[in-house]
Amino acid sequence: MEQLAWLPIHPDFAGALKAARLVADPEEKLSRLVELANYRRNFVATEKLDRTAAQHLSSAPNLLSALQLRQARLAVLSSHTVDHLVPAIRIAGLGRRTTLSTHVGPYGLYRQALLDSNPDLVAFAPQFLLLALDARDYTSDIALSASEAEVTEAIVKHIDELRVLWRAGRERYAAQVIQQTFVASSPTLFGSYDGLVPASPGAFVERLNDAVRSAAREEGVLLLDVAWLGRRWGNEAIGDPVRWHQAKQLVAPHFAPQYGDWVARIIAASLGLSRKCLVLDLDNTIWGGVVGDDGVEGIRLGQGDPLGEAYLEFQRYVAALGKRGIALAICSKNDPATAEAAFSEHPEMVLHRTDIASFVANWDDKASNLRRIAQELGLGLDSFVFVDDNPAERHIVRRELPMVAVPELPDDVANYPGSLADAGYFEAASFTSDDVMRARAYQANVERQAVLARTTDMEGYLKNLSMTLIASEIRPVDLPRASQLINKSNQFNLTTRRYTEAELQRLVDDPAILAMCFRLKDRFGDNGLISVILARPDVHWGKNAFLIDTWLMSCRVLGRQVEAAALEVLANEAANRGAQSLIGEYRPTPRNGLVSDHYAKLGFAPASAPRDESNSASFWRFDIQTPPPRHFITVERLS
Amino acid sequence: MTEQEIFSELSSVFHDVFDDETITLRPETTADDIDGWDSQAHVTLVVATEMHFGIRFRTAELESLRNVGDFVQLIQSRLVDSKAAGKDGG
Repeated sequence: MEQLAWLPIHPDFAGALKAARLVADPEEKLSRLVELANYRRNFVATEKLDRTAAQHLSSAPNLLSALQLRQARLAVLSSHTVDHLVPAIRIAGLGRRTTLSTHVGPYGLYRQALLDSNPDLVAFAPQFLLLALDARDYTSDIALSASEAEVTEAIVKHIDELRVLWRAGRERYAAQVIQQTFVASSPTLFGSYDGLVPASPGAFVERLNDAVRSAAREEGVLLLDVAWLGRRWGNEAIGDPVRWHQAKQLVAPHFAPQYGDWVARIIAASLGLSRKCLVLDLDNTIWGGVVGDDGVEGIRLGQGDPLGEAYLEFQRYVAALGKRGIALAICSKNDPATAEAAFSEHPEMVLHRTDIASFVANWDDKASNLRRIAQELGLGLDSFVFVDDNPAERHIVRRELPMVAVPELPDDVANYPGSLADAGYFEAASFTSDDVMRARAYQANVERQAVLARTTDMEGYLKNLSMTLIASEIRPVDLPRASQLINKSNQFNLTTRRYTEAELQRLVDDPAILAMCFRLKDRFGDNGLISVILARPDVHWGKNAFLIDTWLMSCRVLGRQVEAAALEVLANEAANRGAQSLIGEYRPTPRNGLVSDHYAKLGFAPASAPRDESNSASFWRFDIQTPPPRHFITVERLS
Repeated sequence: MTEQEIFSELSSVFHDVFDDETITLRPETTADDIDGWDSQAHVTLVVATEMHFGIRFRTAELESLRNVGDFVQLIQSRLVDSKAAGKDGG
């Protein structure tokens, strides 16, 4: 199986890298390097690209915001050699729009690094901590004849130790821990009978991994599940015993590009950079044939025909992604009535019209249609994956809309589901009930917009929505979604301060800090957790003022006066804590121009900035006695 | 493949791995002569060479890869092996 198979092949990667190195303009140069990171590359080319990128980023550190790249610090602690994997992790990060600073802990000394305060690691201040351990350390001390109970006991002991390490990572470094699962490296001893011998190396590692997964779920640790992902590749593809004996490399150098992407996509997901919407072509993508030529009854879908069955299976996979919370959209060059007819009339369609949040079939170019879909769904194009069997369409969309992910597709539709999964576009760092509702929420938004388009009376429309805002402090159950929003909201975000889940947990635990989240319901449905506000007393502004550190909101609920209702809650809460005023801060970024007048609109008055603040931030003061602006939202406060 | 051809192809592998096209290889070139040829780069070099020529070195041979001449010799014998295997239909 080929690594990075979803990335297109560059006709002349080496030449393009050489050309990129000569580009004088730093921004243009970085954007070329990011582009190259999204082509298929072997480990040598990946290392070359990394060398150039590392040099360039260290010489021009202020480039990131211009290209809207995110930054993160990753420490790798391991019991085997990982240095050869780090360039591939960084380049995959770049491809997923994150520049990663990396720190590799001293070989084998992961326990010391975590349990004693390690000055290098403290200075590095990792936000992500990848713990990559070797199954050999865990399987060597158990007798082959050990009973089921003894094996369980040994595993509990190992897991307890891991928990201590994870907590150290979280508490000492406020890092999000990522635990790599164990790779079974020993061949079978008994053959299939291994599974019936509790302490056989294979059975033991499998039990250990299951226990790691459950414990990680409890502890808020993310998994780099090489054992799971590796099934598709085979242990031989990932590791090479020769490289183990030569250099203690658990993952062989040639596999670095794929491994690096596995790591980078988890970090990107934690930063909220995973894709949210899957846009599909129709003809020869979700069914065989051309509905306009072959008619609804003539397309190949199901009906015992091998090709038709394969398309059916792809639809099932897409539908499952929809149920997971990925928004589904159609973008097809077709007559709209014919395209719709296939959905309503073909008896075997697994995808139903109601699964599709935005349905665009016409003869316009696909780039324009993708823009239209983004508009309709209120999503950024950088959250889109576009799947089309036609290489020419893929090429044009990549050129016109480089922020849209456009995977290469295998020749055989039977391999579409697997290869879409391999691409890792929808990697998750959390899964909450809000995610499940999301697909429905996107459709509800389209319905709301339709009502809004017909309405001339804005006030009537808002009243008619029967909105309820449910305010609460951020509870453990809210933490994953709140952290998701903190990390991915760009537009309605006053300060764009990012906090990992572990960092947010610290803020929530601090009694001085007011950490609120908000849910919105209306007559079309539940929008889920849509807004987060963090506020705290701040020395500079005096003890009677609360500084609003973070105020962000999902763009799904823009223009519904949620801000006014949230301010009402915030003012009440701050007043209960003895505050007399609120201080708002606006830190402009290339993407949050939308909220530049947020505080002015809510009745805040301009305030002078603290001396040590950069010139670009503006500050605003709100007297808590002032009535907040009018809104049509019922407010519920959960205690 | 002649020794000369192997030499020239191996040069391009070195250029790639060390990201330096000015490297000129001679049979007696060792790690001391090339900037960055440390133990990690050595593994990279071995794997990149294997991929480039479509061959595998054996664990027993790894320690004998001390200079460029060793590489060339071993590549040549591996290529002969695989050709022979091809003739046998293996």
